[in-house]
Amino acid sequence: MTLTLASTSFAESAGVMVIKSLVIFAFLLTVVPMVLLLERKLLGRFQNRYGPNRVGPYGLFQPLADVGKLLGKESFFPDTGVPKLMALAPAIAIFTAIAAFAIIPFGPVVNIFGTEVGLYGIDVNIGILYAFAFGSLAFYGLMLGGWASGSKYSFLGAMRSAAQLISYEVSMSLALIGVIMMAGSLSLVDIVQAQHDVWYIVPQFVGFLIFMIAGFAETNRPPFDLPEADAELVGGYNTEFGGMRFGSFFMAEYMNMIVISGLIAALFLGGYLGPGPVGLSPLWMVLKMFAVVLFFIWVRATLPRLRYDQLMSFGWKVLLPLATLNLLVTAVVVVLAS
Amino acid sequence: MQNIYQPEKDTITVERGPDPGGAGAIWRAFSATLRGLRTTLGRLFEGPATIQYPEEKTPVYPRFRGRHKLHRFENDSGISLAGNSGSSEGASVAGLEKCVGCSLCVAACPADCIRVVAAENTPGDRVSAGERYAEVYEINMTRCIFCGYCEVACPFDAITLGHEYELSDYDRSDLIFTKEMLLADPIERTPLRREGE
Repeated sequence: MTLTLASTSFAESAGVMVIKSLVIFAFLLTVVPMVLLLERKLLGRFQNRYGPNRVGPYGLFQPLADVGKLLGKESFFPDTGVPKLMALAPAIAIFTAIAAFAIIPFGPVVNIFGTEVGLYGIDVNIGILYAFAFGSLAFYGLMLGGWASGSKYSFLGAMRSAAQLISYEVSMSLALIGVIMMAGSLSLVDIVQAQHDVWYIVPQFVGFLIFMIAGFAETNRPPFDLPEADAELVGGYNTEFGGMRFGSFFMAEYMNMIVISGLIAALFLGGYLGPGPVGLSPLWMVLKMFAVVLFFIWVRATLPRLRYDQLMSFGWKVLLPLATLNLLVTAVVVVLAS
Repeated sequence: MQNIYQPEKDTITVERGPDPGGAGAIWRAFSATLRGLRTTLGRLFEGPATIQYPEEKTPVYPRFRGRHKLHRFENDSGISLAGNSGSSEGASVAGLEKCVGCSLCVAACPADCIRVVAAENTPGDRVSAGERYAEVYEINMTRCIFCGYCEVACPFDAITLGHEYELSDYDRSDLIFTKEMLLADPIERTPLRREGE
C-alpha cells in the first residue's frame, strides 16, 4: 500500500495566501474571546450560577473589559527573570497556535469569483505532522516562559508541562495513525473526503477517545491542568507574567483548544462534510468544532484534577497500550480489507 | 442471663470497594466519568440558584431583627389622652410619638448603644402621649448587636426591630441614627419570607 501525500500540484497565488492568513488571524482573534465568555458562562451554569453578567447586556462585553484591564497593566519583570526571553515566550505560544490552525480545513477547493480557492490555510504534504510539529514547538513557549521567570513555581509548572506534553503526544500520534491508515493520506483535506460514507468516530472510536483525552492533556485543560494547578503552583509557568504577556499565554491556550477541536472535528467527525451545498461547508466545520468545544467545557466542569503520578501512569500505562492495540487492530483490518 | 455480652451484635460488616487495577478498574473509571458528566449536565438544566443581590434580595423571616423603628400612634387608634396630662385632656393621641423617654431601653441595652434625653411635654408643644418625651433618641448602629432587648424592655411598644439590614455607610458618624431617622419608614421594603420558603 502506498501512502499518498497531499497533492502538491495545486498552488494558489500569493494574494490569495495573504487573504487567507488574514482570515485565519481574524477568525482566531474573534473566536477566542467568544469561547472565553462561553466557557465562563457555561461553567457558571454547570455550577448553578450565572457566569459574568454585569458588563454589557448578558455580560457580553466581559472579554473586552478583561483585555482592556490587561492592556492597562504595568509591564513588569522580576529581578531574577530574563526580560528578553520573557517577552519572547508568549509570542512563541501565540505564533505556534495560529500557525497550527492553518491546516484546519473549512471546506474543499471551491470557485470564488473565478479563482480556485481551497477553504483552508494550507494543505501541506506532511499534513497532520505539521500540526504536531507546531504543537511541540508551542512547548518551547511554555518552557521558556517558566524558565525565564526565575521563579521556582514557574519552573515547576514548566517542567510539568514538558513531562505532560511528551507523555501524551506519543499516544496522541499513535491514535492518529489508525485514521491515517484508513484514509491512506496525511492530508487533512483527503482525510475529511475519505469520511464521505462514515465518520471515523464509528470505526475508530477507541482512537477518538484516546485522541480526545490526549487532547485535553495537550491543551492543559482540566482534568490535566497540572501545569497550571492554581491550588499548588499559583498558576504554573505564567505565574510571573502580567498584563498582555499573561493575556497572550491565556489566548494561546484557548487557541490551542480551538485547534484541537478543529483537529478532532476534521479527523473523526467528518470535518466540513454535511448536508447542503458546498457553500455550507465552513458552517458545518464551525458547528462541529463548537460541539467539541462545548464538550471540553463540560468535561472541565465535571472532572477534578489528576494527581501527578496518576497523570503519568494513565498516560504511559493505559493510553499508550490502548493506542498501540488500536493501531495493531486497525492495521490488520485495513490489510485484510484491501 | 439476658445481660451476657454478645459480640456479634456489635460487629459491623465493612463493605470494601473493589480492588484497584485491571480491566474492571478502567471500566469503573469510565462509567464514573459518564455518571459525573450526567450530574453536571443536570445542574445545567436546573438553572442558577444565585440571588442577584442588589436587584434581588433574600427574603427575611417575619421575626428577623433588623434596623429599629420608632412608632407613632395610628390615626384611628381610638386612645385618648389620660387625665393627668395637662389641658389637652381627652384629645386624640393620633400622630403622637409612643416613646415617653423612660430610658428603659437604655438600661436593657447590653451594647450600650442607645442614648435618650427626656424632656417635658408642654400643652403648646405636645410630642408624646405621656408626661415626657424623648428629646434625643439616638442608636449607634456600629455598636448595636440587634439582640432585641430594647423591644422587650419598652412598656409602650414604642421601639421595634424592623426588617431592614442594609446599614453600611462610608462614615461612622453617619451610622448614629437620630430620632427622625428611626421614625421615618425605610426607603425600600425588605421582602418577607413566605410560608415554606
